[in-house]
Amino acid sequence: MTSSATTAADHPLRARRIGVLRARTLARSVPLLPAIVLIAIFLVGPIISSFYGSFTNSSLTGSAAQNPSFVGFDNYVNLFKSPGFPGAVILTVIFIFGSAVIGQNVVGMLLAALMRSGGRVVGAIVGTAVVAAWVLPEIVSAFAAYAFFSEEGTFNNLLSLVGIDGPNWLFTFPMLSVILANIWRGTAFSMLVYSAALQDVPPEITEAAEMDGASGAKRFFLITLPMIRGSISTNLMLTTLQTLSVFTLIFVMTGGGPGTASTTLPLLAYQEAFKFSQLGYGTAIATILLLVGAVFSFIYIRALKPEVD
Amino acid sequence: MKNKRLIGAAAAVLAVSAALTGCSGSSQSQADGSKTIKVVYSDANSAALVSWFTEVTAEFEKSNPNITVDLEPIKGAVSDYYTKLALMNSNPSTAPDVIYEDSFQLKSDAEAGYLAPLDTNLAAWADWSQYSDSVKQAGQGSDGKTYGVSVGTDARALWYNKDIFAKAGISVPWQPKTWEDVLNAARTIKAAVPDVTPMNVYSGAAIGEGASTQGFLMLDYGAQNGGLTDSSGKWLTGSTGFVNSLDFINTVYSEKLGYGPQVTSSTTYSTQVRTQDLPAGKLAIDLDGSYIPQNWGATAAQPWPDWTNVMGVAAMPTETGQAPAQNSISGGWTLAVGAKTKAQDAAFSFISTALNKDNAQKLAIDYSLIPVRQDVSTDPAYLASNQNAAFFAGLIPDTHFRPATSQYSQVSNQIQVATEAVMTGQQSPADAAKAYDTAVTGIVGADNTTTGK
Repeated sequence: MTSSATTAADHPLRARRIGVLRARTLARSVPLLPAIVLIAIFLVGPIISSFYGSFTNSSLTGSAAQNPSFVGFDNYVNLFKSPGFPGAVILTVIFIFGSAVIGQNVVGMLLAALMRSGGRVVGAIVGTAVVAAWVLPEIVSAFAAYAFFSEEGTFNNLLSLVGIDGPNWLFTFPMLSVILANIWRGTAFSMLVYSAALQDVPPEITEAAEMDGASGAKRFFLITLPMIRGSISTNLMLTTLQTLSVFTLIFVMTGGGPGTASTTLPLLAYQEAFKFSQLGYGTAIATILLLVGAVFSFIYIRALKPEVD
Repeated sequence: MKNKRLIGAAAAVLAVSAALTGCSGSSQSQADGSKTIKVVYSDANSAALVSWFTEVTAEFEKSNPNITVDLEPIKGAVSDYYTKLALMNSNPSTAPDVIYEDSFQLKSDAEAGYLAPLDTNLAAWADWSQYSDSVKQAGQGSDGKTYGVSVGTDARALWYNKDIFAKAGISVPWQPKTWEDVLNAARTIKAAVPDVTPMNVYSGAAIGEGASTQGFLMLDYGAQNGGLTDSSGKWLTGSTGFVNSLDFINTVYSEKLGYGPQVTSSTTYSTQVRTQDLPAGKLAIDLDGSYIPQNWGATAAQPWPDWTNVMGVAAMPTETGQAPAQNSISGGWTLAVGAKTKAQDAAFSFISTALNKDNAQKLAIDYSLIPVRQDVSTDPAYLASNQNAAFFAGLIPDTHFRPATSQYSQVSNQIQVATEAVMTGQQSPADAAKAYDTAVTGIVGADNTTTGK
């Protein structure tokens, strides 16, 4: 009974304390308000308008340009029925895996690891060369890649020096060309992220492992990689999302062609919305793109979440 | 997201261009009654058109001192012009007052509410009687109102290089009777003159509308059971003419009689054909528009006066030589007034200056158009200026206009997709035709299609 009396006496006090805490938390979040408003306008707003647009027959010309009407899931139904859509999804996934997940990440990691053990001068030269590709505006690097891979481009000229008559890369191997170009363009980002992450791995641990007789490869895969798992996850996510939205590079190099051989989802969305004037339909593709990005992010966050920190 | 970003980017570009031209809104009126009107046209590498618009603007500003013309050429491929125009039109602050409008886009843009009806202005324009009824119809919207005034029409035929033909041992003047004759000439040239491209039939998505008008439709409307619609305007599906036309394209590209992909996939495809390869004698046969000599005239970037001796023209034959033995496709551009204009009378006044007899004739001569004003088409100066005037006039009775509906531009996209799939070997002609049938049914609805032969 006494205990219950104490609780009763305590209660109003504690309630007031909680009230004060709550008010304080609210007051403390006020400075966040501008950021929240900005995010709502510039991030959530477009997403909502993209969702909404994908349910209309909005168009650049024709009567639907004047009075777009709500068409429900028509755009999505037509999209899933259209023969070009599955191909574009597959090409998008190939592009992401080839150029971001495998290409940029592995090459970036390799460069970061090698630069650590390489000399200072070599590291500086390699670092500058790699970063140069990354700081170029996308349109410039796209033209550079076009000039490199085109039929009478640098690559085929180099090949002809050793007596090889190279094919028209952009036509014969369009996906390979754009994947290689995107690896060239994007590797610097991964390299910088991994260089920073590798510097944070305490040398004592690797040294201890070395004392225990672990080989270089074992040290790398069993010690270094698990320790920088957080960086890997973040980097995978960022490069994937960047690659998912690559448009200029492919548009300049192959225009999505020949035929539809390099038409990834962003190119398909552009084609439908701006070449074929069907804004609503193009927006539906853009919304799918958004969902693909969300799925990838979810997988990375779940799969590479550090269990103990 | 990409889409949104693109709209944003496009809007930003337009906003910047509007700011640069110092004209945040169209048709600004000042307190003293002076006005600014914005005139937009497509500058797809055509010096003749640029100089014509510039001269017309100077003349108009001289006779209307209180009106300033903000002349805005949109550089780049014509297919991008349609997109940029639509984006400009969809916002009152960027919408132009006078629009150089492709006739095949006119109905669609009128339905979109981008164009203002001109009936009142035209009723008061004495020169309107110079236009025949069929020409007037080209400027009408689906609601029967007139939205555009034709600046001239065109036709399409086979241009061939007489020097290359002489080398290949083909006698000129050349007039093939069937499609097979055309292909055989190209094959002969391929064997005899290996360093030239035997033939060009515009195909693929990069060239855009050109793949339909200059390429595919030149075949389809001359094919047995061809054409896009039946006489009642229903769209044909399962048409053998469609498959046979794609088969022709397949033959051209699989036998390597045409250009390689590095040319056909480039956005400068038509520029290369007209301004480089034809003058340089690197292309033997070109299925192209009546207007291509504009690239070789005195006002062109690289004049080629000798074209009158080197280039011959021949009508495109029908598939098996069946009546009427020849086929052509006609199009043409119009001048229209933007619906969001605040100065419709000033805008129309610009059009009536631009298309008075002298200016219309100047455009017909410099830009190699087939004139639509009766006083221009019979003018001795025009007839003397164009050695092919009589030839192209002779194609007009058998020419076809593209289906005059707002759905055509979407169907045309599907034609481009089909030609690209065939020319790259991704689909057989039959499969590409089947994909086209499905797409067209989706665009116009099953009720508006009919099964062809």
